[in-house]
Amino acid sequence: MYEDAADSGLTTGSPQPSESSVTSRRSFLAALLGVGSVVVGALLSVPLIRFALFPLIRRTTELKGSPVGEVAEFTSSAEPVMRTIQIEQVDGWRKAISEKAVYITKDTQGQLQVLSSICPHLGCTVPWNKEKKAFLCPCHGATFAPDGSRVSGPTLRGMDTLKTSVENGQLLVQFQYFRQLLADKEVIG
Amino acid sequence: MSKSSTSEGGPRESELWGWLNRRTGVDRLLREALNEPIPGGARFAYVFGSGLLFIFISQVITGVFLALYYVPSADHAHTTVAYITKAVTAGSFLRSLHAYGASAMVVVLFLHLSQTYIYGSYKGRREILWLSGCILFGLVLAMAFTGYLLPWDQRAYFATAVGTNAISEVPWIGESLKRLVRGGTDMGTLTISRFFVAHVFFVPACIFALVASHIFLFRKAGAAGPVNEDPYHPKQDVELFYPRQVLMDLSLTALLIAGLGLLCFFVPMQLGPPANPADAQYVPRPEWYYLPIFQWLKYWHGSAAIIGVLVIPTLLVLAVLALPFLDRGVERRPWKRPIAMAAYAFLVFALVGLGLRSQYLDRHDPGVAQQLAKQKAEEAEYASKSFEPELSSASLTAENAALADPLAAKGKTIFEGQSCNACHGDGGVGTAAAPPLIGVKAKFSPDQLADLFKHPTAKMTAGGMPPIDLPPDDLKALIAYVESLK
Repeated sequence: MYEDAADSGLTTGSPQPSESSVTSRRSFLAALLGVGSVVVGALLSVPLIRFALFPLIRRTTELKGSPVGEVAEFTSSAEPVMRTIQIEQVDGWRKAISEKAVYITKDTQGQLQVLSSICPHLGCTVPWNKEKKAFLCPCHGATFAPDGSRVSGPTLRGMDTLKTSVENGQLLVQFQYFRQLLADKEVIG
Repeated sequence: MSKSSTSEGGPRESELWGWLNRRTGVDRLLREALNEPIPGGARFAYVFGSGLLFIFISQVITGVFLALYYVPSADHAHTTVAYITKAVTAGSFLRSLHAYGASAMVVVLFLHLSQTYIYGSYKGRREILWLSGCILFGLVLAMAFTGYLLPWDQRAYFATAVGTNAISEVPWIGESLKRLVRGGTDMGTLTISRFFVAHVFFVPACIFALVASHIFLFRKAGAAGPVNEDPYHPKQDVELFYPRQVLMDLSLTALLIAGLGLLCFFVPMQLGPPANPADAQYVPRPEWYYLPIFQWLKYWHGSAAIIGVLVIPTLLVLAVLALPFLDRGVERRPWKRPIAMAAYAFLVFALVGLGLRSQYLDRHDPGVAQQLAKQKAEEAEYASKSFEPELSSASLTAENAALADPLAAKGKTIFEGQSCNACHGDGGVGTAAAPPLIGVKAKFSPDQLADLFKHPTAKMTAGGMPPIDLPPDDLKALIAYVESLK
C-alpha cells in the first residue's frame, strides 16, 4: 500500500522534482547510509573482536622455570639430591600452585640433570635408595641407575629428564608430565 | 510487488540482489520497515524509540561478550570481573559500555516516555501500546537492578542488600518474598545465581517479546504525529520514515555512540574491592537512577511504612498503567491539558528533588561524607592494582598454609620423600593402591600409629605396605603430619 508513496518519495505538498532525480538521490543516500553503517559497525566490533580474541593476542610469557637451588650445591654432591619445586599454573583468572619432587643428578658425562620423580611405568613416586645406590620404585619394583637410566623392572624407559636452565647461578627446571608405559618420552599437555 | 521490486533499481540493479530478493522478499520487508508514514513529517522529537532499540542491541551484544569470561558465583564473580577489567584486552571498555549503557538506557527511556506523554501520543486506540511500553519500563529497571549485583564488589553487594531488604516491607509475604529473591535469608552465592538468570535469560526474553509487540502495536496504530494531529484519524500530510526520520534517528544513535565511546574510553567504570559482608562500616548507595526511590523509602518507617513502600507506589503504577483508559479526550496539545502537565511536572520535580535531597544529605552529614569519601578512595586504590589470579582450591600452598605446626610440615617432607604419597596419594587422599589416611587420628593414637608403621599388620603387608624404619624424631614428625590430614 505504500509502494506508490515510495516511488514518488515525499507526498507532502511541495513541488515534485522529476522522478529520475529523486530516485538517483535516494539511491545515493541509501548507498551512503549502507557504507556508513558498515564502517561504524566495523569500528564498533573492533573492541568486541579484541575482547574475544584475548587468548590469542595475550603476551605469552615464556614458561619460566621453577627455581631448584644454587648450581654450586649440586655439583659437589656424589648422590642424587631430592628437591621439592613449586609449579605455578595460571589458568585464565585462576592459578594453581602445586609441588613436585625432582632429583638433581649427573648424567653419564657428569653434567647436572634434573629427573622427574614420577615413575615412567605407572606414576608412583620413586625414592632414592642410599644403600643400593639406585632409584627403587616401591610399587612394582622398577630400578634405575643414579643417572636415571633403566636397570630392571617393568618400566620401558629410564626416569624422565626435565628441561633445565641456569640463571645467575640458580638452577631452574621446567616441570612436565610424560605419558606412562611408553619406551619413549612423550609430553602430556 | 514483484513487478515494482524488479523495476525499482532500474538497469543498475544487480542480478544477485534480484535473486536474493526473489528468494527472501527482503525488498518488501525493507519497504515495510522504511515506508512507515509519519503524519506531519519527520521530527527530532520522535527519535527516542529507535535510540532505545539501539542501546538495547548494544547491551545484548556487550552482555553476551562479557559472559565469555564471567562466572556467576560468590566465589568467582568478583575475580572474573576484575579479570575482564584489568587483564582482558578491551575488557574495561566493554564492561564500561555495558554499565554506562544501562544509565543511557534509563535516560533515553525517560525522554521517550516524556515525549509520548507530553505529545499525548498514548491517545486514540493506543492503550495496549502504552501498556507494553509500561511493562518494558519495568523490565529495564529490573535489568538495571539485577545487573548491578553481578560484579559482587562492595558497592554492588550493599546496594542490593538494601534494595532486597525493602522487599520485606511488603505486608504478610514480604519476608518470604525477600528470601525468594535472595535465594535464602542472606545475600550469597544463590542470590548471584538468581540475579544472573534473571539478568541474562528471563528478563531479556521478556524484553525481546515485548519490544517486538511494542513495535508491532506501534505500526498497527500508526505514528501519532504532532500535538495538533487527531489521534484517531490523522489528517495531516504524511512523510515516510525513510529518509529524513531515519537520518534524524541515526543522528541520536551517532550521538550515543560518540558519547558512550568517549566516556568509556576516558572515564572507564571502576570495580571496587570484593564484597565483604562483614564490613559494618559500609554506607550503601544505589546507582543514581534509584536514588529518588532510595530517598523516598527513608521517610517511611514502622507502621506507616506500608503506605510509603506499598500503597503509594502501587497507586502510582496503577495510575500510569490506566492513563490511556482514564484520559479519553482527543486533545493532545499540552497547553490544553493542564492537569496532565501538572501531574507530570510534579512527578519529575518530586523525583529530581528526592534524588538531590539524598545527595545533599550525604554531603552535609560529616560521618557519611567521610565514609563515602573513604569508600571512593578504596575503590580507586583497588582499581589501580594489577590483576591477581585467584588461587585454586586444589593449590598445595593452601594446604601448606594450614600446616602451622612445624613438626607436621617436616612430616610432610618425609611423607613425600619416603614416597608414602606414591600409594596413599598427595595429602593422604588415597589411591587405587592404598587406602586414604585422612581421618586416621580418630581411629589410632600416636603410639598405635608408631607401632603400625614399624610393624604393619598382615593385611597391610599383603597390600604392599613396607615397615617404616625411621629415626624417632622423623617418625614423630611423620605421625604428626598423618594426624593433621583432613
